[in-house]
Amino acid sequence: MALLEVEDLRTYFKTREGEVRAVDGVSFSLEHSKMLGIVGESGCGKSVTVLSIMGLVQTPGRVVGGSAVFQGRDLVKLKGRELEDVRGHDIGMIFQDPMTSLNPTLTIGTQLTETLRRHLGMNKDQARKRAIELLEEVHIPNAARRLDDYPHRYSGGMRQRVMIAIAISCNPKLLIADEPTTALDVTVQAGVLDLLHELRSIHEMGVIIITHDMGVVAETADDIIVMYAGQIVEQATALDLFDRPEHPYTEALLEALPQVEGEGIREGRLRSISGRPPDLLDPPPACRFAPRCAYAGQDDCATVPPDLREIRPGHWVRSSHPTSERAAAPVGAR
Amino acid sequence: MSEQMDGASRASTNGNEPLLVVKNLKKYFPIKGGAILDRTVDYVKAVDDVSFTVRAGETLGLVGESGSGKTTTGYCVLQLLKPTEGSVRFAGKELTTMSRGDMRAVRRDMQIVFQDPYASLNPRMTVGDIVSEPLLVHKIGNRKSRRSSAERLLEVVGFNPDFINRYPHEFSGGQRQRIGIARALALNPSLIVCDEPVSALDISIQAQILNLLKDLQNEFGLAYLFVAHDLAVVRTMSDRIAVMNSGKIVEEGPAERVYTNPTDPYTQALLAAVPIPNPRRMQERRAERRKHKDVLAEPV
Repeated sequence: MALLEVEDLRTYFKTREGEVRAVDGVSFSLEHSKMLGIVGESGCGKSVTVLSIMGLVQTPGRVVGGSAVFQGRDLVKLKGRELEDVRGHDIGMIFQDPMTSLNPTLTIGTQLTETLRRHLGMNKDQARKRAIELLEEVHIPNAARRLDDYPHRYSGGMRQRVMIAIAISCNPKLLIADEPTTALDVTVQAGVLDLLHELRSIHEMGVIIITHDMGVVAETADDIIVMYAGQIVEQATALDLFDRPEHPYTEALLEALPQVEGEGIREGRLRSISGRPPDLLDPPPACRFAPRCAYAGQDDCATVPPDLREIRPGHWVRSSHPTSERAAAPVGAR
Repeated sequence: MSEQMDGASRASTNGNEPLLVVKNLKKYFPIKGGAILDRTVDYVKAVDDVSFTVRAGETLGLVGESGSGKTTTGYCVLQLLKPTEGSVRFAGKELTTMSRGDMRAVRRDMQIVFQDPYASLNPRMTVGDIVSEPLLVHKIGNRKSRRSSAERLLEVVGFNPDFINRYPHEFSGGQRQRIGIARALALNPSLIVCDEPVSALDISIQAQILNLLKDLQNEFGLAYLFVAHDLAVVRTMSDRIAVMNSGKIVEEGPAERVYTNPTDPYTQALLAAVPIPNPRRMQERRAERRKHKDVLAEPV
């Protein structure tokens, strides 16, 4: 059985202007010890998807349908204390900004031992000893001494390491990392990503990493989900997604990326995607990418919503014009 | 495009001196301390002896991580911050010792595009007023000519000229950055400092803006001092690259050379740290990073 099975998850936000369908029918599963990358641009619903799984969606948002079954229990149905027991204990979570996730008035030690005592019922001494081990595990130098420091004495990268230590302190089977390196410099990011990779193997954790950065998913994830306008538009193994992207959006996104390696970069132009993502108050009626798609022509793109279908084993795409079924050049090729 | 934009009014350098010559530039910020906090106890050396040149029509990419001094360098070039020491020569004139009046005239020729398209546009002004404000400030033309300039500028950055009566809140991040670029173009400058112009934008929008900046450079012969932290973005824009670390330029050269054959250990580590969108190279990249472990050691 999969570690996490998400089925037709729907999270809507009620606003004065109407209902925003931030997550609109998302289904995926995560196997034990696998790393899944969810990638997409701002507002595509990637963060709301995991917040929904964790029961952390704030009003006016609400999970209006679907399920997220983790170790036999549907997280969407859990309430209050039950959910708290799962969160932090069986599922660890780290966020983008390590500065705002830590309490500036408490020492790192206090914040680490709090979790250990709350979830594992350790006494003070046990918790302290374990806290030092955890800081060592995330490679914080002089762990014993740093335990009594306040967060402002830590650099951004080290704070994110502390967040990771807290997240893994109860040996969770699932770690959710929401843009864990977005606020960090590139040299620090590399270290944090390598650490996640290492811990995933040691602890046999399933990991969901959410990012807008195609490079980050390429260097970490086994499987990748691409989201657009509240829906999954493509899902495949990392290798197959980058080797043979099928969705016109994924394809365009990869070509829009500036490259650090290659020739003629300065003289060339990037592939740009015209327009911008749809307003989720009033999304396009059928294919949500159709208005920006280079291949949407005189067909059903604007009338029949495409299903997420398996185009080859393990590779799913939501488009009537996937790359491998396309012979001709794009309509109005740029 | 307009009378002001035909290049005739632009400052030009005599002989072979590059458009911008920065020599031994330093910017130190004092740290106040002591019992009554009025004594300078030390300095933050944000920019520490930096020299570079930018030729007319070319892009110098200034790349570095946060706190490397790249943005401060850009601000010192424009004299938005007063350098502590050193020389900034623009179009053959020394800016650091220039009078305010003379500096005002020079500013027509050097503009800036800011990082945050939300904070850098006045929400109470129409797009037309924002874009033509530089003309008003420099007392160029009359109301009618400024209005038609604004329309032309909007067209240049890919907008419908009818947008002049709209307000910034009606536009997305990428569109606002176009407005910021149109404003920077209003006085037909020869140099634009681009300070992280796409770091707040999504990939698909980022590509639109980078392409626009390239097109405008080709069309108007602009020189860019392109300040950014993203090595891929800097590479796509730049003819030459200067890598900054702790206030100093650690390596400088043609973009191709710096990226394919970096000589400085910090540049090498920085390039090894960039995630490459190719999962087939994951193992190789990780091994490469281990080689630079000492340089990549995080601040604690």
